[in-house]
Amino acid sequence: MKKTAKQIVFYAILLGVWALVAKLRIWPPYLFPTPWGVGEALWAGFADHSFWIGILVTMKRMLIGYSLSVLLGMGLGLAIGSSKLLEDTVGGLLVSLQALPSICWIPLAILWFGLSEKAILFVVLMGSLLSVTIAMEDGRKQMPKIYSMAGRNLGARGFRLFWSVLLPASLPYIVSGLKQGWAFGWRSLIQAEMIFLSLGLGQLLMMGRDLSDMSQVIAVMILIVALGYIVDGLVFKTIERRLQQRWGLAPA
Amino acid sequence: MTPLPNLLSHPARHRSTLGATALAMPQLEGLDHQAVVLPKVSLRQISLSYRTNSGERLTALENINLEVRRGEFLCIVGPSGCGKSTLLHLIAGLHQQTSGSVSVDGEAVHGTGTDRILIFQELGLFPWLTVRQNIEFGLKMKGVPKRERESRVRQYLRLVHLSNFENSYTHQLSGGMRQRVALARALATEPDVLLMDEPFAALDAQTRDLLHDELERIWSETGCTVIFVTHNVREAVRLGDRVVLLTFRPGQVKREYVVDLPRPRHIEETDVASTARDILGCLREEINKSLEAEYSHEKNR
Repeated sequence: MKKTAKQIVFYAILLGVWALVAKLRIWPPYLFPTPWGVGEALWAGFADHSFWIGILVTMKRMLIGYSLSVLLGMGLGLAIGSSKLLEDTVGGLLVSLQALPSICWIPLAILWFGLSEKAILFVVLMGSLLSVTIAMEDGRKQMPKIYSMAGRNLGARGFRLFWSVLLPASLPYIVSGLKQGWAFGWRSLIQAEMIFLSLGLGQLLMMGRDLSDMSQVIAVMILIVALGYIVDGLVFKTIERRLQQRWGLAPA
Repeated sequence: MTPLPNLLSHPARHRSTLGATALAMPQLEGLDHQAVVLPKVSLRQISLSYRTNSGERLTALENINLEVRRGEFLCIVGPSGCGKSTLLHLIAGLHQQTSGSVSVDGEAVHGTGTDRILIFQELGLFPWLTVRQNIEFGLKMKGVPKRERESRVRQYLRLVHLSNFENSYTHQLSGGMRQRVALARALATEPDVLLMDEPFAALDAQTRDLLHDELERIWSETGCTVIFVTHNVREAVRLGDRVVLLTFRPGQVKREYVVDLPRPRHIEETDVASTARDILGCLREEINKSLEAEYSHEKNR
């Protein structure tokens, strides 16, 4: 409760300073909008549905791209985590690829897929795949061996061993990697949308720039932060907390 | 009751029994007997060696020959590091021996099989599943239909007195209860051979005594064959029809003792204690060897 109070006071002060500076008119309003100007832009954006459509399009891309990367990353990570040969070869490559900002995949994506939905998904995939893969690989290695042995002992093998034992057993170790993958994927997606300009929040952001509408730029930025925060902070936190409770790692 | 002054057969070479109990022992050495009574589990010239991280070759088990008859409760004792847990893993099919063969009902074992279920020292209960789901796991893997699964899970929950905890997660249970979940999970698949790796080592004495009673009851009700590894000689005498003593590295069968005390037994009984004392005398030599090895290892570092 005390924390919430502190936060309310902090944001109130922040808004107050913002409003004050805007009121002083040091910079013209089209460069430094007022808080209520941004509020109006937000309202207008939702009223003419452009923000709703942007959110829907962006979230859809994110879900598809992220799901793909989770599927692929889990398979890949599990394979790398189970084989010394793959770990020494592919594993090393993946770690070095992490140094590559995902926006660097955009030229490649455009050449391969053109200015299409596929290219955007590809960039999202490349943005989050590495985190998910490395997390899964670590999870596979950190997971106590006893679970895999107990599973085999009770008759699980092949895919069922993976699905019923290895995957749930490694979840606590990979959930933070999954979260990181989401965050990276989210950044990549907005970047890609800003360049591809085909709907989505990234495009709305660029549109604000083109129209010299600073209020819209800031409104969209607030949206991007809010959405990112909701998924990151609420969805993943909840999953983490549930997992910890179930496993007895944290007080229920 | 007739007094049993000499309850422990003093072993000569590999095995000996009291004259009076010799008849009760099926399959003595010799092939002609095996044709009559096929041992449930037989280990033939089992050896296991592996390369350690520092590159030296370590022999964990050497030339182990053991036969376990159907329905027998066999206990294996030995100092830590004698490879007794490893031996269970071999029987369970989780590891492969370097040479020799493990066979069940006369057939060589390859890989895991639900006819042999191992209860691990660390139990290996699945923390993401409830007690009920843990017990159900093996049945699911075996492809037992849902209806039958439900009734069997209920039956085994009752057997280990955990019906009220079926929806709990394992971390919410006490050590003794977790132990019983592991037991129920193993028993629910109705294995022919139950392999137990120091399952009660971490428990307090009262809980352990209770579980001894339960295990003995369940064993006599189900008629399964039990191979029970422990470092606690009294526990071995309390539970086993026979106690096998392994030597320190490499693990070899040093002696076998037939425990011919009437059941149910209790761990505090003087007969159990005196039998255990005799075995312990022999075990102590091996423990000293293991301590010496540890000591010299430390010195060399």
